[in-house]
Amino acid sequence: MIKDTVLQSLRGLFPDPEPVVEEIVTEAAEGDEAEGEKKKPAKKKKEPRNNGVIEHDYAQYGYDIDVQLDPGELLAAVMIIDKAGFFLESVTGVDWIKEEQLEVVYDFSRYDFDTCRVVIRTRTPRAKPKVPTISKIYPGANWHERETHDFFGIKFDGHPHLVPLLLPEDADFHPLLKDFKP
Amino acid sequence: MSGPIHIQPGETFILNVGPQHPATHGVLRVKMEMDGEYIVKAETVLGYIHRMHELMGENRTYPQVLPNLSRLDYLGALGYTHGHVLAVERASGIEVPERAEYIRVITVELNRVASHLFWFGAFVMDLGGFTPLMYAIEDREYILDMLEAVTGSRLTYCYYRFGGLYNDIDDEFIDRARAFIPRMRKSLKKYDALVTGNIIFRKRLEGIGPISAEMCRKYGATGPVARGSGINFDVRKNEPYSVYPEFDFDVPVYDECDSLARYYVRMEEMEQSLRIIEQGLDKLPEGPIMPKKKPKLIKPPVGDYYQAVETARGSFGIRIVSDGTKNAYRFKLRSPTYSNMSLFDEACEGMMIMDALALMGSLDLVIPEIDR
Amino acid sequence: MSLTILNAVIAVVIAIAFAALNAAYLVWAERRGAGRIQRRPGPNVNGPLGLLQPPADGLKLMTKQLIIPGGADKALFMVAPVLAMAPAIMSFVTIPFSENIVARSMNIGVLMIFAFASLGAMSILLAGWGSRNKYGVMAAVRAVSQNISYEIPMLITVITIVMMTGTMDLKELVAGQSGGIWNWNLVPSLSSPLMPVAFLIFFICTLAETNRAPFDLGEAESELVAGFHTEYGSMGFGLFFMGEYANIVIGASLITILFLGGWGCPLGLFPGVWWFLLKIYLLIFSFIWIRWTFPRTTIYGLLNLSWKILIPISLFNLLFTAGLLKVF
Repeated sequence: MIKDTVLQSLRGLFPDPEPVVEEIVTEAAEGDEAEGEKKKPAKKKKEPRNNGVIEHDYAQYGYDIDVQLDPGELLAAVMIIDKAGFFLESVTGVDWIKEEQLEVVYDFSRYDFDTCRVVIRTRTPRAKPKVPTISKIYPGANWHERETHDFFGIKFDGHPHLVPLLLPEDADFHPLLKDFKP
Repeated sequence: MSGPIHIQPGETFILNVGPQHPATHGVLRVKMEMDGEYIVKAETVLGYIHRMHELMGENRTYPQVLPNLSRLDYLGALGYTHGHVLAVERASGIEVPERAEYIRVITVELNRVASHLFWFGAFVMDLGGFTPLMYAIEDREYILDMLEAVTGSRLTYCYYRFGGLYNDIDDEFIDRARAFIPRMRKSLKKYDALVTGNIIFRKRLEGIGPISAEMCRKYGATGPVARGSGINFDVRKNEPYSVYPEFDFDVPVYDECDSLARYYVRMEEMEQSLRIIEQGLDKLPEGPIMPKKKPKLIKPPVGDYYQAVETARGSFGIRIVSDGTKNAYRFKLRSPTYSNMSLFDEACEGMMIMDALALMGSLDLVIPEIDR
Repeated sequence: MSLTILNAVIAVVIAIAFAALNAAYLVWAERRGAGRIQRRPGPNVNGPLGLLQPPADGLKLMTKQLIIPGGADKALFMVAPVLAMAPAIMSFVTIPFSENIVARSMNIGVLMIFAFASLGAMSILLAGWGSRNKYGVMAAVRAVSQNISYEIPMLITVITIVMMTGTMDLKELVAGQSGGIWNWNLVPSLSSPLMPVAFLIFFICTLAETNRAPFDLGEAESELVAGFHTEYGSMGFGLFFMGEYANIVIGASLITILFLGGWGCPLGLFPGVWWFLLKIYLLIFSFIWIRWTFPRTTIYGLLNLSWKILIPISLFNLLFTAGLLKVF
């Protein structure tokens, strides 16, 4: 199963994996029950999720592995994913305005029947959002990152051509930021 | 034909294909640096019909966004609304009655056939043959009439509801659908005789516009584009949703990687869709089309949900980040043509413009869906 | 003296009228034919069977403003459509419709028609170049290279026929084929067994010379928008359109005269102008049929067809026929 191998390698990225995994596993277990789930959001709202790997129930969330890491480790994680033969579904952002953070979400999936969807998230401060580009590894990320830059203003370090793609050429606004006023 | 031999600096010129060009089927612009008939470099410029559906998704409640989804892709709209209802049902745990699922599959597949039919006509028109479009539209019209009778609209459907459907299908629909299957099979044979064997047609597509499997992976190409490159990937099979596991159908895969392979894939997919429709009509269970127990207000629990569906153009993904309110916190649409189109810039380098436009046609572009 | 001038004027007027009428009603025929092929009615609202559609279209084109794009070469831009139409009309002057219906019978009729036909490429070049449009220039380059490459096999085929018959007079060419289908140049005889091949080459070249589908690369609408006439509106466009159809009529007439026995009946009975018209309209119908059935070729496929297949075959045909003529 590709899922286990990828999990293994992704966990290797975190220097102190044990406590993180343990915490996450309980969280995921809680998530299965309706009551436990209500508690989890309350927790999530207050403080951002810790970095780490979560195994998710596909039937409930639509993906299997959920990784959150620092922008610095992003390239290493994406390289693991690339080597395992995943394809890039999309790159997008989420504006967590209350936590003063922007999240960049990378979706990966597989072509073969060893189905495994991987979501990689990384967070960057809202005031100066900056994430390394993965367009060197996945050329297809070029457009997705430009789009994310359009919508959220996240700078992708090393991107070859970071100009507006969907917005007008002279757009200086980022419509998907929660404080965007049209 | 590939590859300019020597490019003299300063000997190239910029050709703007689009935003109003007959070959781009909409407001897409490709800035091409040309050396005579050869493309040295291409840069796609998007956004001419960008409507920010993702922001609309955040500003509206979940049911209010439903009609937006069918404005993404006006040719295969049901597939996209299907993705949305599935995502919201997954997030809020709504059960769907079996009959509704079957009707959804039947209508989605009908819509897929309609979409492929239009693509077929438009693609051959890109190559300069105008007549097949008229034949294809005639068959497509039959489907549109059928769907109009049951959904109430011809293209931008808003037929699915969270948990079920807006309207049950009647006997007339079933009869027409049953009559449609043999008719369409006959038409497919006719198209095959009319177009596939044509020597000019084959010469224009065979070996033209190669897209390798590795390139598909790097750019995230899905749908018939990936299947034309030897990748056996179909969300209906790989990550079965709805009642697709109960149907017996094949996924056509061709290893040639050229435009002709993509043509074959789509033509065969129509036949497979007909098989699904046929089985669906046979198996169609009785029962309600809406669940008995359904929340009045859709408020999915906090979380991050993803749902992929196979539309006519490829894997369409919806990400809903819910904060527990009646609006989505983040509403991301992963459109298949967006990824498929992103490989065009690389793929068309060194090609002649007419071959590049044949390649573009074989990608099956719907511009509102790229720009969202 | 004055009578000859009057004669000439009348001849030219009739030629213009015939060309214009044909162009207008061939558009109607093309649209009706396309409609029939595509299972739709085509124009059927104006007048019976839509027969008033061409005058309506003509009126519309004539009343529209002629827009000259900024930066265009005004003189070339204006000259090009005229140059598309004029040679076509000039060619009509020398075409014999029957034994007596010919405006000006010349003993070098074949030469004259081809001399005028080659001016057609000139008009496309000027139109593409003069309108200062990249699509126009690309299309012009395509169309000119296409016309040049297809004129070669066409002329070689004509030389073969001229060699066989020993005349360049169109009337004599037809006279040599009178008496029934077995005398037509199309039918292989002992001294010219390859004539059907020559006919096929000539037919394909006519399609290519008139820029008809599947060789309509000069105006390939899905690639080059409208090709060389992208920037033309109103009657400028109208003249190109009429020129195209006039050229088609000339091409069909030439095929009829060179291969199909002109005004002669297949069975040798009642020769007359009606046979000539019947033959050219059947040929034109086949052009329409081909246009709405085939997709467009590529530019390299087109040039390959000419240089690698048609020219070698026609050259071989020429030498072979010459050899046979020597023997018999």
